[in-house]
Amino acid sequence: MPDTPLTGPGHVRLGSNSGQPLTRRDGFLKVTGAATFAADNRPAGLLHAVHAISTIARGRVRSLDVAAARAHPGVVEVITPANRPPLARDQDDKPTMFSWRVETLQDDRVRYAGQPIALVIAETLEAATEGAHLLAPGYAPEPARIGFEDGEAFEAETVGIGSPAAFVRGEVEAGLAGATVRVEFRVETPTQYHNAMEPHAIVAAWDGDRVTIDSPNQAIAMGQAAFAGFLGIPPENVTLRSPFIGGGFGSKAILSGPHVLAALAARMVGRPVKLVFRRDQMVGPVGHRGATRQRLRLGMDRDGHLTALDHEAVVMTSAFDDFLEPAANASQNIYATPALATRHGGVRVDLGTPGPMRAPGEASGSAALECAVDEAAVACGIDPLEFRLRNYAETDPATGRPYSSKALRECYAQGAERFGWAGRPLAPRRMRDGAGRLIGWGMGSALFPAPMFRAEARAVLRADGTALVETSAVDMGQGAWTALAQIAADGLGLPVERIEFRAGHSDHPDGGVAGGSGHTATAGSALFGAGADAVARLAELATGHPDSPLFGAGNAGVEARLGRLVHREDPGRHESYADILARAGIAELAGQAVGARDPAHARDRAMFSHGAVFAEVQVDPDLCQIRVSRLVGAFAAGRIINPHLARSQLNGGMIWGLSFALHEEALHDPRTGRSMNADLAGYHVPVNADVPSVEALLVHEDDPYVNPLGVKGVGEIGITGTVGAIANAVWHATGTRPRRFPIRIRDLLEA
Amino acid sequence: MNLFEYIRPASLDEAVAAGSEPGAAYLAAGTNLLDLMKTGAARPARLVDVTRLPGLDRIELLADGGARIGAMVRNAELARDRGFARSYPAVAEALLSGASPQIRNAATLGGNLMQRTRCAYFFDPASNCGRRDPGAGCDARAGLNHAHAILGWSDACLATHPSDLCVALVALDASLEIVGPAGRRVIPLEELHRLPGDAPSRETALEAGELIVALRLPPEAAAVRAHSRYLKLRERTSFAFALVSAAAGLEIADGRIRRARLALGGVAAKPWRARAAEEALEGALAGPLAFAEAAALALADARPSGDNAYKIELARRLVLRALERAAAGTPERIPALPASVLADTGATAHA
Ligand SMILES: Cc1cc2nc3c(=O)[nH]c(=O)nc-3n(C[C@H](O)[C@H](O)[C@H](O)COP(=O)(O)OP(=O)(O)OC[C@H]3O[C@@H](n4cnc5c(N)ncnc54)[C@H](O)[C@@H]3O)c2cc1C
Ligand code: SF4
Repeated sequence: MPDTPLTGPGHVRLGSNSGQPLTRRDGFLKVTGAATFAADNRPAGLLHAVHAISTIARGRVRSLDVAAARAHPGVVEVITPANRPPLARDQDDKPTMFSWRVETLQDDRVRYAGQPIALVIAETLEAATEGAHLLAPGYAPEPARIGFEDGEAFEAETVGIGSPAAFVRGEVEAGLAGATVRVEFRVETPTQYHNAMEPHAIVAAWDGDRVTIDSPNQAIAMGQAAFAGFLGIPPENVTLRSPFIGGGFGSKAILSGPHVLAALAARMVGRPVKLVFRRDQMVGPVGHRGATRQRLRLGMDRDGHLTALDHEAVVMTSAFDDFLEPAANASQNIYATPALATRHGGVRVDLGTPGPMRAPGEASGSAALECAVDEAAVACGIDPLEFRLRNYAETDPATGRPYSSKALRECYAQGAERFGWAGRPLAPRRMRDGAGRLIGWGMGSALFPAPMFRAEARAVLRADGTALVETSAVDMGQGAWTALAQIAADGLGLPVERIEFRAGHSDHPDGGVAGGSGHTATAGSALFGAGADAVARLAELATGHPDSPLFGAGNAGVEARLGRLVHREDPGRHESYADILARAGIAELAGQAVGARDPAHARDRAMFSHGAVFAEVQVDPDLCQIRVSRLVGAFAAGRIINPHLARSQLNGGMIWGLSFALHEEALHDPRTGRSMNADLAGYHVPVNADVPSVEALLVHEDDPYVNPLGVKGVGEIGITGTVGAIANAVWHATGTRPRRFPIRIRDLLEA
Repeated sequence: MNLFEYIRPASLDEAVAAGSEPGAAYLAAGTNLLDLMKTGAARPARLVDVTRLPGLDRIELLADGGARIGAMVRNAELARDRGFARSYPAVAEALLSGASPQIRNAATLGGNLMQRTRCAYFFDPASNCGRRDPGAGCDARAGLNHAHAILGWSDACLATHPSDLCVALVALDASLEIVGPAGRRVIPLEELHRLPGDAPSRETALEAGELIVALRLPPEAAAVRAHSRYLKLRERTSFAFALVSAAAGLEIADGRIRRARLALGGVAAKPWRARAAEEALEGALAGPLAFAEAAALALADARPSGDNAYKIELARRLVLRALERAAAGTPERIPALPASVLADTGATAHA
């Protein structure tokens, strides 16, 4: 397949389907319960697996009462390190950048509380659950290292997925020394767990040396290869199905130990096996957002222009693998400064390994940065919006490259207008509502990279004038079934109702990863290209055939419109796809393409989505309870394929920002490392009453560089900017600058 | 899950007989008990489902001005009962501030009264917890205890009772009808929950096999209905347990307080009736001075049980606010954000 897609003769263009606010095509299936999620699968002969988890955070498992578990009625098999089937691949291997060290009962070591230490297979879920209970593990515990103080500090080399841990441009210390105004800001962010509504799950059924796996997965081809590697079979022997995901947030992109074990177990017992995590079992083996301690130093001249920006983050990871939340990197690409430095340190604790979660790095880093910038504006006596405009980056501060597009100024303007920012008093504690509650207004800039990965797609025009399109794209609830189908339909020059859209299956061409907010851009480009490719072939057929009204138009002389090819100069001459195929005696005409970014553009341009978030909070002056009464975000993210779904994504992102600011915090007992709020009663996320008014504005932006579709991403940007906006509004209401997230009643009371 | 027996008795006698067996537990809606069974913190050998027992699902407003409510009346049903809410507005507000609509639709009155503490160590069978396992010690003592008790706790246990409903009911001198192997008896609700002392596992006054069948409110409970509020501070606008809460009821004549009812929630192993504060209020002019004194008295004996000294000041301020709000008069309708100190913004309001 060619690696530069889409340009071609240009028979097709985005527009008739893309841009329409269609509702979710899968909505009906979901509200009627007809959508099949992984755990809904019940192949004949199904057995149930439950994994026993460690209650200590560090040490060894000394004993497991396997006999008692086996004796329990219904228990079929108990898998422990003693009888674990061999793995075809070392669990410490990292064949790709997206590989984590997984816990697959390789030894008796315990590395975190919640680690799988055995797997019990039984005829019923209840029997497996009780079997796991009866194992009654005995331990040789060692002191757990939980929290920044008890953890082991180390020098980080890389953060996130392979980014350098430190970055410098210009002379930061000199910039600070020469500043008229200096601000230092410190803040802590907690450990957070993804807590998607759908738990992690897998149903594995073997047929000889082939296995069919139903499991929610954000990156199907990668998952297929990873399963194949562990199981020692060729990737084509693994069928991975993930048509619907009930939320992933980054935690379903990478396989975890229990998934691998369940697939092994199914082979071992010779029957299909289902493993569904309990919510408390999702604390540990499937990643989380690592806690951070951040310090920012900002220097400004007398006009409020930055002279230096320094952002340091110390972040937690596990004792046995590295994923360092790249928090400080959030400061690299947004504010103009002659001197810029970011760096990270690591701390090892006895928790599971963190991983990507809802804007990994950007969320926690932007939270700190936007608070520090607010403080800087206050220190300079400048309105926070004006301060940001004075420090507006016309080129990327980290690289000096031009932005592929940047409508942030428009975001600021439209957001401020809609919110009613003008006239905001500079000083805190100046606004009250009728009942005497403190009111505060705060804002934050939102920024998120607009990455593209690599995806493939196939489009097939069919004799009846319909088409089939396929890519192993993934719908996590964000609306891929709809937005990608809209792009695919445009690629084919067909109305969306006339295409059959298939996704979420490893038999499809590699749809890439639904992550990094790059899925629509990447899989969409592949789909559009595949459609365009099929139409180009069709045009060859028509323009080369003497019986066609388009004969002699030349391939570039026709364009596709609603299932017909139309002569460019003489629109009266046209022919339907079905007629062209019928005359040629062809039942199906296939096209294919790869979606990837033009390497030259990738090299020359800085590519980001931008936004501005404005928040209003009300705070009880004595009792300190906080409520975000309004959130307005204005976002520029290139071409919007479906404004309805894009707004939902942005609203959702802002709500996650609110969640970060006021609610989410994983509590681990400092002695045992065990989670003390591994359920949704204790681990708070916002409820409807916390979000009375949230509004996303879509700011127009044309971007000719990111990809020919002009699509950036809207998945994660909403969380950035929002956390800071809320914290800054809390300051504006109360005069208290939050030093930790989430902001609690006691933080304001004790301030 | 362990193998357990499930029994659905047809009569009260059958229920009590089955519930008196060792290892038996009464099952109402299960919104608390089943959660505990799932974590393994509770492992009953036999569940006696009492939801279908006849005659326990009635709300009766009695001729003498009191009320009698069957133990199986659902939380939502009771809160929505207009006659009940008119007579006992703070109880209705407390009910509506608890849990979520789905849980309130299922949860029963008896289950709400008998729900267990939310202490995370109690829920976690791997933790040491003397309330769950007599003599096991208390992992909360030197652990995460920022939300734990500030009144009536002991070194053996610092847990709080999580019910909102109980707080409003205890302020109103509610009592319970109990049926057990030894017959029927009535006890004040205030005596149901026990302070931990050195035996935290003896959580309530119920003896083995005893079942709550009804709740009674005395005629005087309605006397404060014109000045009644329940207020609840929480870390989320809705669907969160109270950090601290307060139920306040006043009867005011000519600016003077004739009758005062005050109880606190989230502060102790039982809903905490503040009698000294009530006494100070009765006879006083309804105003800031009396309220401030009462608030101080209500917390006079409070002391931190760990990382929670802030709760003392918070509770004092909340009591003050609850008295102010009660004095201002019971709202015409229960606010869209029941028991919240925050305003409804006029946008969509969900509780
Ligand atoms: C996520 C969540 C949030 C919640 N938030 C709140 C809140 O904010 N405020 C609040 O007040 N509550 C809250 N609750 C608790 C809720 O109110 C209780 O779970 C519910 O009231 C229990 O009622 P039930 O009928 O389900 O009881 P069950 O779970 O069936 O029983 C609870 C206990 O009571 C015993 N029992 C039940 N009926 C009787 C009886 N008649 N006589 C003797 N013993 C009996 C049972 O044996 C069991 O031990 C919340 C619960 C959850 C799960
Ligand atoms: S505070 Fe009470 S309930 Fe909590 S661990 Fe201690 S004894 Fe158990």
